[in-house]
Amino acid sequence: MDIFIGAFRDGLTMLVSGATDVWSIVLVSIQVSGVAVLLALVLGIPIGFALGTKRFVGRRMMLIIANTGMGLPPVVVGLVVAMLLSRRGPFGKLELLYSQPAMVFAQLIIALPVVAAVSAAAVSAVPRELRLQARSLGASRLQEALMTLKEARMGLLAAVAAGFGSIISEVGAVTMVGGNLAGKTRVMTTAIVQYTRMGDYGPALALASLLMGMVLVVNILLTQVQQSAERYEK
Amino acid sequence: MRDRSVRPAAWRLAATALAIVLAFSLIGCAKAAEEPKAPEPVAVEKTKVVLASTTSTQDSGLFDVLIPAFEKANPEYTVEVIAVGSGEALKMGENKDADVLLVHSPAAEKTFMEAGFGIERRDVMYNDYVLVGPAADPAGVKAAKDLKGVMKALSGGKAPFMTRDDKSGTHSKELKLWKDASISPTGTANAKDWYLATGQGMGETLKIANEKQGYTISDRATFLTSKGALDLVILREGDKGLLNQYGVITVKDAARPEGAAAFMEWITSAEGQKVVGEYGVEKFGQALFTPNAK
Repeated sequence: MDIFIGAFRDGLTMLVSGATDVWSIVLVSIQVSGVAVLLALVLGIPIGFALGTKRFVGRRMMLIIANTGMGLPPVVVGLVVAMLLSRRGPFGKLELLYSQPAMVFAQLIIALPVVAAVSAAAVSAVPRELRLQARSLGASRLQEALMTLKEARMGLLAAVAAGFGSIISEVGAVTMVGGNLAGKTRVMTTAIVQYTRMGDYGPALALASLLMGMVLVVNILLTQVQQSAERYEK
Repeated sequence: MRDRSVRPAAWRLAATALAIVLAFSLIGCAKAAEEPKAPEPVAVEKTKVVLASTTSTQDSGLFDVLIPAFEKANPEYTVEVIAVGSGEALKMGENKDADVLLVHSPAAEKTFMEAGFGIERRDVMYNDYVLVGPAADPAGVKAAKDLKGVMKALSGGKAPFMTRDDKSGTHSKELKLWKDASISPTGTANAKDWYLATGQGMGETLKIANEKQGYTISDRATFLTSKGALDLVILREGDKGLLNQYGVITVKDAARPEGAAAFMEWITSAEGQKVVGEYGVEKFGQALFTPNAK
């Protein structure tokens, strides 16, 4: 157990003193995954809303795609994005591979189906009668949509948490398209891999604790949502 | 709800699909289980030996030839290669997670031996590093008189330079080149813009250098192996400071000391040295390593 005690002490010293750029790595992680989730929400909630409330041709197909997308292997996303953005690839002229935008792009692809599927489930849980009633009381389509989203807000929060959770812990795709460049594209997961490879267990464990903390917060949020949903059912 | 009538059909479809997938994976398992049995003529009790080495050695493809040759000569052992950076390989030795090490970081190896973590260290072979970059050579390293001049030209920051920054043998070599030229790359004014730390293996670092159209230092073997996917060329080679010495170390208090000793004896023997010296001739038209065990 000495190995853990020693590493834990090193890691703690590092976090407190700010000697290693551990905090800047955390910042890049939050920045990249934050932007990706934000974009995933902007695109995913309208898709989820349509899937959850409207009846249209191809809806079933899109639901299948969204649900399949939730299990999309991140390394596959990494591979395809890396090939697209590579200097020899179709978008090579943009010189985007191994940059933050490339990471955001890959994470967006991973998070979008999650956000869409979870928010579709959330809005379809809002009783249809409620929407009809709103319409009969003279609400416009926009007002009706906003009311539905408001009713489904806890589920939408779950969509945010699930989307963020799906990318913050991901390591394959961000390594492939980010390149783990110090101070630029190095995030918590890629840094943990690197420090472990180098045998520097201290900073690896420090970052691992922070990552666990973040995942914990996300899951506390999710549990909160579940419990309030149970209350709603009663 | 609305779709209740279609549910059973959908379930049946899903169940069938799942059954098919499972059936295929079983066939796959059966095949995988059958294959390795064939090439074993006699049942010998085999001892596993853990060899910690570096990603660049692994990437060079040497182990694909070396390990089978060793196992043929010493049928009582099987070798498991763990390829990491030289730093972690030495750390694995320190933690006794490996029995024998094959690394190329002479200064770190010396510290390792002095700290009493190893039983014995021997020279095995050397290969050389090459400085690669875009053919246009924006930093002008080709024109430099010697390696000091090369490092000075690179530190001008005209083009990015990728550093492994992972305590690997290649990284230590790079740091030594900077030190010999009395330059601190991270101390230059615009270091953030040109001195980029990848923290990754050689193959990945070459790819990043290629995308950024920058320079990096690579072992020749990895560069030759990954050259096909790169638009980088060798701009500097053959300088004395670019030689790369490999050493084999048996780990003190290792789990399988006999296997470790057998590997050390074999790789430094005439037979092992011959395998080392011939590797690459067939595939690349040139040997990748020069054996130099005493």
